[in-house]
Amino acid sequence: MLDIVIDRKTYPDRAGAPHLALAGLHLEAAPGEFVCVVGPSGCGKSTLLNVVGGLDRDVDGRVRLGGAPFADSTHDIGFMFQEPRLMPWLTVLDNVLLVTDASPAAQRRARDLLAAMGLADVLDAYPGRLSGGMQRRVALARAFVIEPKLLLMDEPFVSLDVPTANRLRAMLVEQWQRSGATVLFVTHDLREALALADRICFLSAAPGRVVLELPLTLARPRAPDDAAVQALHAELLARHPELLAGLTSEPHEPQDE
Amino acid sequence: MKAGVDDSAPWPQPAVPVRRAMKRNGPQGEGWLRAASLAAFLLLWQLAAWLFASQTLPTPATVFARIAAETASLALPTHLAITLARVVVAFGLAMALGAAIGIAMGRWRRLDALLDGWLVLGLNIPALVTIILCYVWFGLNDAAAIVAVALNKIPTVVVTVREGARAVDARLMQVAHAYRLPRLRTFARVYLPQLVPYLMAAARSGLSLIWKIVLVVELLGRSNGVGFQLNMFFQLFDITGILAYTLVFAAVVLVVEAAVLRPLERRLTRWRS
Repeated sequence: MLDIVIDRKTYPDRAGAPHLALAGLHLEAAPGEFVCVVGPSGCGKSTLLNVVGGLDRDVDGRVRLGGAPFADSTHDIGFMFQEPRLMPWLTVLDNVLLVTDASPAAQRRARDLLAAMGLADVLDAYPGRLSGGMQRRVALARAFVIEPKLLLMDEPFVSLDVPTANRLRAMLVEQWQRSGATVLFVTHDLREALALADRICFLSAAPGRVVLELPLTLARPRAPDDAAVQALHAELLARHPELLAGLTSEPHEPQDE
Repeated sequence: MKAGVDDSAPWPQPAVPVRRAMKRNGPQGEGWLRAASLAAFLLLWQLAAWLFASQTLPTPATVFARIAAETASLALPTHLAITLARVVVAFGLAMALGAAIGIAMGRWRRLDALLDGWLVLGLNIPALVTIILCYVWFGLNDAAAIVAVALNKIPTVVVTVREGARAVDARLMQVAHAYRLPRLRTFARVYLPQLVPYLMAAARSGLSLIWKIVLVVELLGRSNGVGFQLNMFFQLFDITGILAYTLVFAAVVLVVEAAVLRPLERRLTRWRS
């Protein structure tokens, strides 16, 4: 059980004045649940993930996983960023092994995962040689190789073309179902959230807090362009127009550097 | 799994430092050019020696004969070995201390502010002053000689490595943090590889500086080593001796550069090619 309570989270903006990013945010996730967090740009989605992942400790609030607050020694959180963030000087296999203890069991898991993602032929290649989609598959393998209890994903499939992104989403869902990890997936794309989530949490504009929770019962596998997803998307837009303003942008702005 | 379009199509490469310009060996014609250039140099030297017919400019043949004689008597190898040992120790010391201080200053702003003035001072003290002071304070011994050389080099290593430490990619460090990597592994596999280009630059410029300063240190206060020998030849006006030692010394520097530094750099930056 993941339990997040953030009373206040501020960070200094460019001028140095404190900017209130999150306030009164409460979010829970059951073990093995796939939760998408959707909100407009700048509502503090990435900040939320950084707090949950322990990258940002300067916060009034608490994060508990399985009843206990995380310690620095917690090794069971996977994190996927907006960019693949692979070490360019490590091979594909070494990038995945980097986050493990490199035991024989970890080696086997890494190879199996990479093979399942169609990367068996490039184990010894350097990331600079790979396409953006392949780099993200490596990042996905890196996230799952530690057998995470919790997987944090910060718009991991932005700036990919549609078929590549769909393929990566299918891989994510397959690995997630196999692993039983709880997933917290941040996106500004409502269709993507509808295609992936068990439950969607909508954040307000900054300071962000959860303003609507939406359990989904659509059958899997689904894709953003399935008829059922499209229908639900249209229905939601009609029901909550003010809430979803700005969440329907179909083309992503490129954010990859 | 859905059958999507293959995503192995070309994709913009991630931001990687710019590739080193062109290969070193170049096309086949270049090797000949280098050999011809060397031959031309020897030829010019020979012509000048004939032209001036002076004791102060011996012919190449005389110098090479002297190299052979000095090598046979073991004088040259001995002094060369002593100088090399001093270079290695001073270089290692300067790199280790300079890198440690540079990393610390690049990382902690306060420390940077605290030490920056000292650094500027260190960069601007003439090598000769450091050498004289070390000999006066610590005596005419090897320790003083090596400390003097290292002190001359440390500030430039600090400046270069500090630059690298400031340029470390916070996003990659976040990966290490997010996955709770142990400190040592974070340092060795995430942090240090980002400093490699800076460390290599410091090593190259450092070696070329240290070679030269070691000779001065030996000239001023040691009774062996290439610098000491050069001083002796100078006092005897033995130009052949000076040229013989200089040629061998320069050759050793070239070999170290080609046989140690370049292969090391190639190995460390393999991933870029």
